[in-house]
Amino acid sequence: MAEAVTQVGNETIWRTCAWSPPGCHPVGCGLLVHVEDGKVTKVEGDPEHPITRGALCTRCLALPEYMYHPDRVIHPMKRAKEDRGLDKWEQCSWDEAIDIIVTNAKEISEKYGHETIAVFGGTGREGNDYYSTYANCIFGTPNAVYAQPGWSCYGPRASITAFMMGGGYPEIDYAQKCAQRYDDPRFVAPGVIVLWGKEPLRSNPDGLFGHSIVEMMQRFGTKLIMVDPRMTWIGTRSEYVLQLRPGTDTAMAMAWINVIAEEDLYDHEFVEKWTYGFDEMVAACKEMTPEKAAEICGVDAEEIRGAARLYATTHPSSLCWGLAVDQSPNGVQLGQCLLALMSITGDLDAPGGTTLGAGDVHAANAARDDSVGSAADDRDASDYADRLEESESYPNQMEIAITYAYQYGLMTEERYAKKIGVDKYPAIGAIMWTVAPDEFLKALETEVPYKMHMAMFQSSNPVGSAIAGEPQRWRNALRKLDFCFATDLFMNPTIMACADVFLPLCTTVEHDAVVVPHYSMNISFFGAERRCVQVGECKSEMEIMLLLGKRLFPQYWGQFEDEIAYLKSKSGALDWDDLKEKVCYTNVENYYKYKTGELRPDHQPGFPTQTGRVELYSYAYQAFGESPVPYYEEPAYGPIATPELMKDYPFVLTTGARKQEFFHSEHKQVPSLRAITPWPEMDINPADAAELGIEEGDWVEMASPYGKCRQRARVTPTIKKGVVHAMHGWSYPEESGEEPSLFGNWRSNVNCLLPNSVNGKLGFGDTFKCMICSCKKVDGPGEHPSPSEAEVYVEPSRQKPAEVVGQIWRPADAPEYN
Amino acid sequence: MTQYALYLNYEFCTGCHSCEVACRNEKKIPLGDFGMKLLEDRPRQHADGSWHWDYIAYPTELCDLCADRVAEGKMPSCVQMCQAKCLHFGTIEECAAMLAEKGEKAAIFLP
Repeated sequence: MAEAVTQVGNETIWRTCAWSPPGCHPVGCGLLVHVEDGKVTKVEGDPEHPITRGALCTRCLALPEYMYHPDRVIHPMKRAKEDRGLDKWEQCSWDEAIDIIVTNAKEISEKYGHETIAVFGGTGREGNDYYSTYANCIFGTPNAVYAQPGWSCYGPRASITAFMMGGGYPEIDYAQKCAQRYDDPRFVAPGVIVLWGKEPLRSNPDGLFGHSIVEMMQRFGTKLIMVDPRMTWIGTRSEYVLQLRPGTDTAMAMAWINVIAEEDLYDHEFVEKWTYGFDEMVAACKEMTPEKAAEICGVDAEEIRGAARLYATTHPSSLCWGLAVDQSPNGVQLGQCLLALMSITGDLDAPGGTTLGAGDVHAANAARDDSVGSAADDRDASDYADRLEESESYPNQMEIAITYAYQYGLMTEERYAKKIGVDKYPAIGAIMWTVAPDEFLKALETEVPYKMHMAMFQSSNPVGSAIAGEPQRWRNALRKLDFCFATDLFMNPTIMACADVFLPLCTTVEHDAVVVPHYSMNISFFGAERRCVQVGECKSEMEIMLLLGKRLFPQYWGQFEDEIAYLKSKSGALDWDDLKEKVCYTNVENYYKYKTGELRPDHQPGFPTQTGRVELYSYAYQAFGESPVPYYEEPAYGPIATPELMKDYPFVLTTGARKQEFFHSEHKQVPSLRAITPWPEMDINPADAAELGIEEGDWVEMASPYGKCRQRARVTPTIKKGVVHAMHGWSYPEESGEEPSLFGNWRSNVNCLLPNSVNGKLGFGDTFKCMICSCKKVDGPGEHPSPSEAEVYVEPSRQKPAEVVGQIWRPADAPEYN
Repeated sequence: MTQYALYLNYEFCTGCHSCEVACRNEKKIPLGDFGMKLLEDRPRQHADGSWHWDYIAYPTELCDLCADRVAEGKMPSCVQMCQAKCLHFGTIEECAAMLAEKGEKAAIFLP
């Protein structure tokens, strides 16, 4: 194994693992960072990294272009409040920037209460580990905000798993927890993998290195089944592609359960010993025959049968669930069905099946009784895992924050109870440490239950084009706040529109930290991120937390001399000094942990749920006001639910399929990456394109009742007639950042078409993958519409009129929710 | 003198562009030019309903099969960074043997 740092002539080469910034989830790919004269000259994949073994995607390959981009902000900046929206930023010192923030935070906390401060975090960047820490443990507010309608990313899947299995996150087995990877004698490759609403090669995975699936196809002949509205490249290499109407996945999954039960293809022993409520679940799926699902989903019934049979009769088989679970109001039921499908084959936590994490007890404890830090964990002894003491596994970072905030007196129970929206949607507050996002937007707008006064934006761009629905509403609501500041690397629409202070952040190769796949819920390895260089005056989130924390909450933060002391304190028993030398530890785990007692804090066999089993009939769902067994619900907008509207908006719209060269609203200014995908593209079927006179590359205006945007047509048979797909995350960093343009934020921003508050009963899910729109050919990109022009407030479903803001139209009210 | 080549199993080339960017970094090739170039034969459906969609990454005349790296015992940049692990480097004979074993959807390139 190569040293962590080697010197070759003038060049220093660092081995390190990537997280972010720039945006990425904790996959922790291995990097070789070449440094000369204090500057990164080249980034390569590390051939010795156990998971990626030299492979690296274009985002990290282009890292030097990102780090040294002329537009990168490398000094703190301030701007007068009256100049919000104007490019009138002035460079200032760190001392002055921190002074401004501390003065405002103190004033606002004293005058209006700590809870009137909100801390925004985004998806899966490393900052994800810290935004509830900033909120709870620095500003003393319960209001950490993930601004996506229905918390529609990962949180629902994590919550569903906690409710049904007691915690953790299921992931396909690609020998990621075997010391010798594919050569490990314990490992058996999956015979078939189901990719449900997930394109693992392009997606921004939360811990899965997607190309490992392609490796297993080559090495072991692993077969695939895709369930996706789009034909994808990996779909063309699959045995089955069930190309369903967007948003109808739950009907499809119920039909799979129907087939597997009806044809007796499940593992009786597993079902009897380890599940609860199988019969009730099967009864709930009884009416959902393949024929009925075929009608709903637009997929041939025999294809549905064939795919379900192939999955259930191949052992081991594995199921990889994707964002489709999170982004539909019916997704909680989809997730329930998919966890059932992972379980009833008997391949749950089997070699080549769907793995569970031994760290899962953390989330389980939190979900069950709010006990924090009591988790015990005696995973299989291995060379490295020995370093983790038996009584202490890798701590959940969000649990740490709130625990200390209480312990040191910054947070009170009374104030924590003011967290917005979780009274209405307690399931969101069960294991997510944030507000209910849709309710929070309404609170910002209506000042009910109280007026907000200050916001921090950290790894989040809610006025932009990735996280928010109706970003025009967020822009208007956030502009009203008294004080806002942000940590980031480039100017973005949110910061330009709303912020008063900009704190410049480090990239992944400019600071020391630990990367843990799946945010510690299913850990395949521990990786070290290393500070290889310094750029400008940029600091890491941990350094910034210390600067602010020592001023605002010294009782707690005063104990840490520097960020390394803090890093060590929050890494539990993990030995940072050792990890940074070894760069990466594989987290070797046993299979069948539910049999060995490794999932439960009391070390008894079983799952850490009330019944000790996988609760297919879910008491947790029931307790939160949801049906304990799955049901299918039509998308709130679509040919069945809103036939009248389809006259004006005849296409079913799905959004947000990933491009690997971009992470959400980031990366558009990086030349090598923008060259790969220069423009936002919408996929349209050739027959639809011909009818509308649209040709490849034409600009197309898409509109919904909420707003409109323009993207360029990719005319392709991979999308079915009547369906279009639009990319998310587009603005134009090369254009003016000033209002109203905000870097062309409103031109191609498909999120302007997507509403808030179309949530499931638990508050999860929205319309990102099941909306409707119109399409028409236009001459060009056009001028940027101003947000006021796009300002249409619509409240579609489940909202009582008194809670509705600026409503002009209610298309899809279901009577049972009125 | 031993002659080397690149072997591509294009049944599994996923079109990720890593080889292009890795090559450009290694050989200091300006944006817009290529030492490795990814080509896409866009998706279409055959008469029987089955799908065609292939990517092929191939070396241009700017490629020297990373002679400097190979001399240091490393893999060519594109091969090391290939996410799908579908690109291989070897002697012509080794590549020909891989090609024969694969039997379909594979190619050998000499830049």
